[in-house]
Amino acid sequence: MRWFWIDRFTEFVSGSHARGYKNVTLAEEALDEYCPGFPMLPPTLIIEGMAQMGGILVSEHFQFDKHVVLAKVGKAKFHKPARNGDQLSLAVDLDAVQDTGATVTCLSHTGDELQAEIDLMFAFLEDGRFTDGPLFNPGMLRDMLRMMNFFHVAVDPDGNPVQEYTNI
Amino acid sequence: MGLSQDEIFEKVQEALVEALGVDDDEVNREATLVGDLGAESIDFLDIVFKLEKSFDINIERTELAPEDILTNGDYVKDGVVTAEGMAELKRRMPWANMSEFEQNPRVQDFGNLLTVGDLCSYVGSKVGSDA
Repeated sequence: MRWFWIDRFTEFVSGSHARGYKNVTLAEEALDEYCPGFPMLPPTLIIEGMAQMGGILVSEHFQFDKHVVLAKVGKAKFHKPARNGDQLSLAVDLDAVQDTGATVTCLSHTGDELQAEIDLMFAFLEDGRFTDGPLFNPGMLRDMLRMMNFFHVAVDPDGNPVQEYTNI
Repeated sequence: MGLSQDEIFEKVQEALVEALGVDDDEVNREATLVGDLGAESIDFLDIVFKLEKSFDINIERTELAPEDILTNGDYVKDGVVTAEGMAELKRRMPWANMSEFEQNPRVQDFGNLLTVGDLCSYVGSKVGSDA
Protein backbone atom coordinates (compact mmCIF):
# COMPACT_ATOMS: atom_id res chain seq x y z
CA MET A 1 0.00 0.00 0.00
CA ARG A 2 1.33 3.42 -0.91
CA TRP A 3 1.11 5.84 1.95
CA PHE A 4 -0.38 8.73 -0.04
CA TRP A 5 -3.59 10.02 1.49
CA ILE A 6 -3.96 13.03 -0.79
CA ASP A 7 -4.54 12.52 -4.52
CA ARG A 8 -4.09 15.99 -5.88
CA PHE A 9 -3.28 19.54 -4.89
CA THR A 10 -5.62 22.03 -6.53
CA GLU A 11 -4.37 25.17 -4.80
CA PHE A 12 -1.33 26.04 -2.73
CA VAL A 13 -0.29 29.47 -1.52
CA SER A 14 2.98 29.47 0.38
CA GLY A 15 2.57 30.33 4.06
CA SER A 16 -1.21 30.53 3.73
CA HIS A 17 -3.25 27.52 2.65
CA ALA A 18 -3.54 24.37 0.57
CA ARG A 19 -6.51 22.77 -1.16
CA GLY A 20 -6.84 19.37 -2.73
CA TYR A 21 -8.73 16.13 -3.17
CA LYS A 22 -8.75 12.67 -1.77
CA ASN A 23 -10.80 10.22 -3.79
CA VAL A 24 -12.17 7.31 -1.82
CA THR A 25 -12.15 4.03 -3.72
CA LEU A 26 -13.04 0.46 -2.94
CA ALA A 27 -9.73 -0.61 -4.44
CA GLU A 28 -8.02 0.59 -1.26
CA GLU A 29 -7.36 -2.21 1.19
CA ALA A 30 -8.03 -0.02 4.17
CA LEU A 31 -11.58 0.65 3.07
CA ASP A 32 -13.29 -2.70 3.54
CA GLU A 33 -11.05 -4.01 6.30
CA TYR A 34 -11.77 -1.23 8.78
CA CYS A 35 -15.46 -1.93 9.27
CA PRO A 36 -16.35 -5.15 7.40
CA GLY A 37 -19.62 -4.81 5.51
CA PHE A 38 -19.59 -1.03 5.74
CA PRO A 39 -16.68 0.22 3.62
CA MET A 40 -15.37 3.57 4.74
CA LEU A 41 -12.07 5.37 4.86
CA PRO A 42 -10.79 5.06 8.44
CA PRO A 43 -10.92 8.48 10.10
CA THR A 44 -7.29 8.11 11.16
CA LEU A 45 -6.30 8.01 7.49
CA ILE A 46 -8.23 11.21 6.84
CA ILE A 47 -6.18 12.72 9.64
CA GLU A 48 -3.07 11.31 7.95
CA GLY A 49 -4.06 12.98 4.67
CA MET A 50 -4.56 16.29 6.45
CA ALA A 51 -1.21 15.79 8.17
CA GLN A 52 0.46 15.20 4.82
CA MET A 53 -1.11 18.31 3.32
CA GLY A 54 -0.49 20.39 6.44
CA GLY A 55 3.03 19.05 6.81
CA ILE A 56 3.84 20.07 3.25
CA LEU A 57 2.32 23.51 3.86
CA VAL A 58 4.47 24.00 6.95
CA SER A 59 7.60 22.47 5.42
CA GLU A 60 7.38 24.61 2.31
CA HIS A 61 6.99 27.70 4.48
CA PHE A 62 10.50 26.89 5.75
CA GLN A 63 11.82 25.92 2.27
CA PHE A 64 11.79 22.25 3.33
CA ASP A 65 14.75 22.92 5.61
CA LYS A 66 13.11 21.71 8.82
CA HIS A 67 12.26 18.21 10.00
CA VAL A 68 8.50 18.67 10.34
CA VAL A 69 6.62 15.95 12.22
CA LEU A 70 3.03 15.65 13.37
CA ALA A 71 3.10 16.25 17.11
CA LYS A 72 -0.51 16.49 18.20
CA VAL A 73 -4.05 16.14 16.96
CA GLY A 74 -5.73 19.01 18.77
CA LYS A 75 -9.24 18.36 17.48
CA ALA A 76 -10.83 15.78 15.22
CA LYS A 77 -14.59 15.86 14.59
CA PHE A 78 -16.11 13.57 11.98
CA HIS A 79 -19.61 14.46 10.88
CA LYS A 80 -20.12 11.61 8.42
CA PRO A 81 -18.17 8.62 7.16
CA ALA A 82 -16.12 8.87 3.97
CA ARG A 83 -17.60 6.13 1.76
CA ASN A 84 -16.34 4.57 -1.44
CA GLY A 85 -17.17 6.90 -4.31
CA ASP A 86 -16.84 10.02 -2.19
CA GLN A 87 -14.45 12.76 -3.13
CA LEU A 88 -13.10 14.57 -0.10
CA SER A 89 -12.32 18.22 -0.72
CA LEU A 90 -9.53 19.02 1.68
CA ALA A 91 -8.79 22.53 2.91
CA VAL A 92 -5.81 23.22 5.16
CA ASP A 93 -4.97 26.67 6.50
CA LEU A 94 -1.79 27.68 8.26
CA ASP A 95 -2.90 28.94 11.65
CA ALA A 96 0.21 29.85 13.63
CA VAL A 97 3.95 29.46 13.23
CA GLN A 98 6.71 29.48 15.84
CA ASP A 99 10.39 28.66 15.52
CA THR A 100 9.71 25.31 17.18
CA GLY A 101 6.41 24.31 15.56
CA ALA A 102 3.23 25.27 13.75
CA THR A 103 -0.52 24.68 13.83
CA VAL A 104 -2.97 24.19 10.98
CA THR A 105 -6.76 23.96 10.75
CA CYS A 106 -8.28 21.48 8.33
CA LEU A 107 -11.72 20.90 6.82
CA SER A 108 -12.97 18.02 4.69
CA HIS A 109 -16.14 18.33 2.61
CA THR A 110 -18.04 15.87 0.43
CA GLY A 111 -19.93 18.09 -1.96
CA ASP A 112 -21.41 20.85 0.18
CA GLU A 113 -21.44 18.75 3.31
CA LEU A 114 -18.88 19.18 6.05
CA GLN A 115 -17.30 15.79 6.58
CA ALA A 116 -14.54 16.48 9.12
CA GLU A 117 -12.87 19.26 11.12
CA ILE A 118 -9.32 18.67 12.27
CA ASP A 119 -6.72 20.81 14.07
CA LEU A 120 -3.13 19.66 13.95
CA MET A 121 0.11 20.75 15.56
CA PHE A 122 3.52 20.08 14.04
CA ALA A 123 6.88 20.19 15.79
CA PHE A 124 10.31 20.59 14.28
CA LEU A 125 12.89 17.98 15.20
CA GLU A 126 16.25 19.41 16.19
CA ASP A 127 19.22 18.13 14.22
CA GLY A 128 20.41 14.90 15.72
CA ARG A 129 17.17 14.32 17.60
CA PHE A 130 15.66 11.00 16.46
CA THR A 131 17.19 11.47 13.01
CA ASP A 132 20.51 12.72 11.71
CA GLY A 133 19.56 13.27 8.10
CA PRO A 134 16.58 14.15 5.95
CA LEU A 135 13.26 12.42 6.54
CA PHE A 136 13.01 11.40 2.85
CA ASN A 137 15.43 9.80 0.44
CA PRO A 138 16.80 12.26 -2.17
CA GLY A 139 14.15 13.09 -4.76
CA MET A 140 11.43 11.08 -3.04
CA LEU A 141 9.41 13.99 -1.71
CA ARG A 142 9.84 15.93 -4.95
CA ASP A 143 8.52 12.97 -6.96
CA MET A 144 5.60 12.62 -4.58
CA LEU A 145 4.73 16.31 -4.91
CA ARG A 146 4.94 16.10 -8.69
CA MET A 147 2.52 13.19 -8.75
CA MET A 148 0.12 15.20 -6.66
CA ASN A 149 0.27 18.18 -9.05
CA PHE A 150 1.86 20.30 -6.36
CA PHE A 151 4.16 22.17 -8.73
CA HIS A 152 1.27 22.79 -11.14
CA VAL A 153 -0.54 24.95 -8.62
CA ALA A 154 1.90 26.06 -5.89
CA VAL A 155 2.59 29.78 -5.77
CA ASP A 156 4.32 32.14 -3.38
CA PRO A 157 2.37 34.93 -1.63
CA ASP A 158 2.88 37.16 -4.69
CA GLY A 159 1.37 34.58 -7.01
CA ASN A 160 4.64 33.46 -8.59
CA PRO A 161 5.33 29.73 -8.97
CA VAL A 162 7.33 28.30 -6.07
CA GLN A 163 10.86 27.25 -6.84
CA GLU A 164 11.71 23.69 -7.93
CA TYR A 165 13.26 22.72 -4.64
CA THR A 166 16.50 20.77 -5.02
CA ASN A 167 16.77 19.78 -1.36
CA ILE A 168 13.81 17.42 -1.42
CA MET B 1 -6.65 48.72 29.79
CA GLY B 2 -5.43 45.45 31.22
CA LEU B 3 -7.38 42.32 31.96
CA SER B 4 -8.58 41.38 35.42
CA GLN B 5 -6.98 38.44 37.22
CA ASP B 6 -10.19 36.48 36.80
CA GLU B 7 -10.33 37.18 33.07
CA ILE B 8 -6.75 36.02 32.67
CA PHE B 9 -7.41 32.87 34.71
CA GLU B 10 -10.49 31.97 32.69
CA LYS B 11 -8.62 32.22 29.39
CA VAL B 12 -5.61 30.34 30.73
CA GLN B 13 -7.95 27.68 32.09
CA GLU B 14 -9.65 27.36 28.70
CA ALA B 15 -6.28 26.98 26.96
CA LEU B 16 -5.17 24.28 29.40
CA VAL B 17 -8.45 22.37 29.19
CA GLU B 18 -8.14 22.28 25.40
CA ALA B 19 -4.42 21.52 25.29
CA LEU B 20 -4.31 18.90 28.04
CA GLY B 21 -7.77 17.37 27.87
CA VAL B 22 -8.40 18.01 31.58
CA ASP B 23 -11.58 19.14 33.30
CA ASP B 24 -12.23 22.76 34.28
CA ASP B 25 -12.17 21.97 37.99
CA GLU B 26 -8.74 20.35 37.75
CA VAL B 27 -7.27 23.63 36.58
CA ASN B 28 -6.83 25.65 39.78
CA ARG B 29 -4.11 28.17 40.50
CA GLU B 30 -2.11 25.77 42.68
CA ALA B 31 -2.06 22.89 40.17
CA THR B 32 1.33 22.15 38.63
CA LEU B 33 1.28 21.81 34.85
CA VAL B 34 3.36 18.64 34.72
CA GLY B 35 2.64 16.85 38.00
CA ASP B 36 -1.04 17.65 38.46
CA LEU B 37 -2.26 18.27 34.92
CA GLY B 38 -0.03 15.76 33.13
CA ALA B 39 1.53 18.18 30.64
CA GLU B 40 4.26 16.64 28.51
CA SER B 41 6.98 18.57 26.74
CA ILE B 42 5.08 18.73 23.45
CA ASP B 43 2.05 20.14 25.28
CA PHE B 44 4.00 23.26 26.18
CA LEU B 45 4.26 24.14 22.50
CA ASP B 46 0.51 23.68 22.21
CA ILE B 47 -0.09 25.83 25.31
CA VAL B 48 2.14 28.56 23.87
CA PHE B 49 0.16 28.57 20.62
CA LYS B 50 -3.15 28.78 22.47
CA LEU B 51 -2.02 31.55 24.82
CA GLU B 52 -0.56 33.58 21.95
CA LYS B 53 -3.84 33.39 20.09
CA SER B 54 -6.07 33.91 23.09
CA PHE B 55 -4.20 36.93 24.45
CA ASP B 56 -2.70 38.22 21.20
CA ILE B 57 0.80 38.07 22.64
CA ASN B 58 4.15 36.77 21.45
CA ILE B 59 5.87 34.20 23.65
CA GLU B 60 9.57 33.59 23.18
CA ARG B 61 10.65 30.00 23.72
CA THR B 62 13.17 30.84 26.44
CA GLU B 63 10.66 32.78 28.52
CA LEU B 64 8.75 29.69 29.60
CA ALA B 65 11.49 27.11 29.10
CA PRO B 66 14.89 28.52 30.13
CA GLU B 67 16.80 25.54 28.77
CA ASP B 68 19.78 27.75 27.99
CA ILE B 69 20.19 28.47 31.71
CA LEU B 70 19.57 24.91 32.85
CA THR B 71 22.18 23.53 30.45
CA ASN B 72 24.77 26.22 31.10
CA GLY B 73 27.81 24.97 33.03
CA ASP B 74 28.16 28.40 34.64
CA TYR B 75 24.75 28.05 36.24
CA VAL B 76 24.50 24.34 36.98
CA LYS B 77 26.91 22.15 38.94
CA ASP B 78 26.33 18.41 39.39
CA GLY B 79 22.72 18.68 38.32
CA VAL B 80 21.95 21.48 40.78
CA VAL B 81 21.30 25.10 39.91
CA THR B 82 23.93 27.38 41.48
CA ALA B 83 23.20 30.64 43.31
CA GLU B 84 24.13 32.50 40.13
CA GLY B 85 21.81 30.24 38.16
CA MET B 86 18.95 30.90 40.56
CA ALA B 87 19.52 34.63 40.23
CA GLU B 88 19.41 34.29 36.46
CA LEU B 89 16.23 32.20 36.59
CA LYS B 90 14.54 34.76 38.83
CA ARG B 91 15.61 37.55 36.52
CA ARG B 92 14.24 35.67 33.52
CA MET B 93 11.07 34.44 35.24
CA PRO B 94 10.09 37.03 37.86
CA TRP B 95 6.48 35.84 37.63
CA ALA B 96 7.29 32.30 38.80
CA ASN B 97 7.18 31.28 42.45
CA MET B 98 10.55 29.58 42.98
CA SER B 99 10.54 29.48 46.77
CA GLU B 100 10.02 25.73 46.95
CA PHE B 101 12.35 24.88 44.06
CA GLU B 102 15.06 27.07 45.58
CA GLN B 103 15.25 24.86 48.67
CA ASN B 104 16.58 21.98 46.57
CA PRO B 105 17.13 23.31 43.05
CA ARG B 106 17.77 20.11 41.14
CA VAL B 107 17.51 20.63 37.38
CA GLN B 108 15.44 17.47 37.01
CA ASP B 109 12.74 19.00 39.23
CA PHE B 110 12.51 22.25 37.29
CA GLY B 111 10.05 20.78 34.81
CA ASN B 112 7.44 20.43 37.53
CA LEU B 113 7.93 23.95 38.88
CA LEU B 114 5.29 25.89 36.99
CA THR B 115 1.78 26.16 38.34
CA VAL B 116 -1.37 27.48 36.70
CA GLY B 117 -0.99 30.54 38.92
CA ASP B 118 2.53 31.10 37.58
CA LEU B 119 1.22 30.90 34.05
CA CYS B 120 -1.47 33.49 34.88
CA SER B 121 1.19 35.77 36.37
CA TYR B 122 3.32 35.35 33.26
CA VAL B 123 0.43 36.26 30.98
CA GLY B 124 -0.42 39.16 33.28
CA SER B 125 3.13 40.45 32.87
CA LYS B 126 2.68 40.37 29.10
CA VAL B 127 -0.79 41.89 28.77
CA GLY B 128 -0.95 44.03 31.90
CA SER B 129 -3.22 43.13 34.77
CA ASP B 130 -5.63 45.39 36.62
CA ALA B 131 -5.08 43.61 39.93
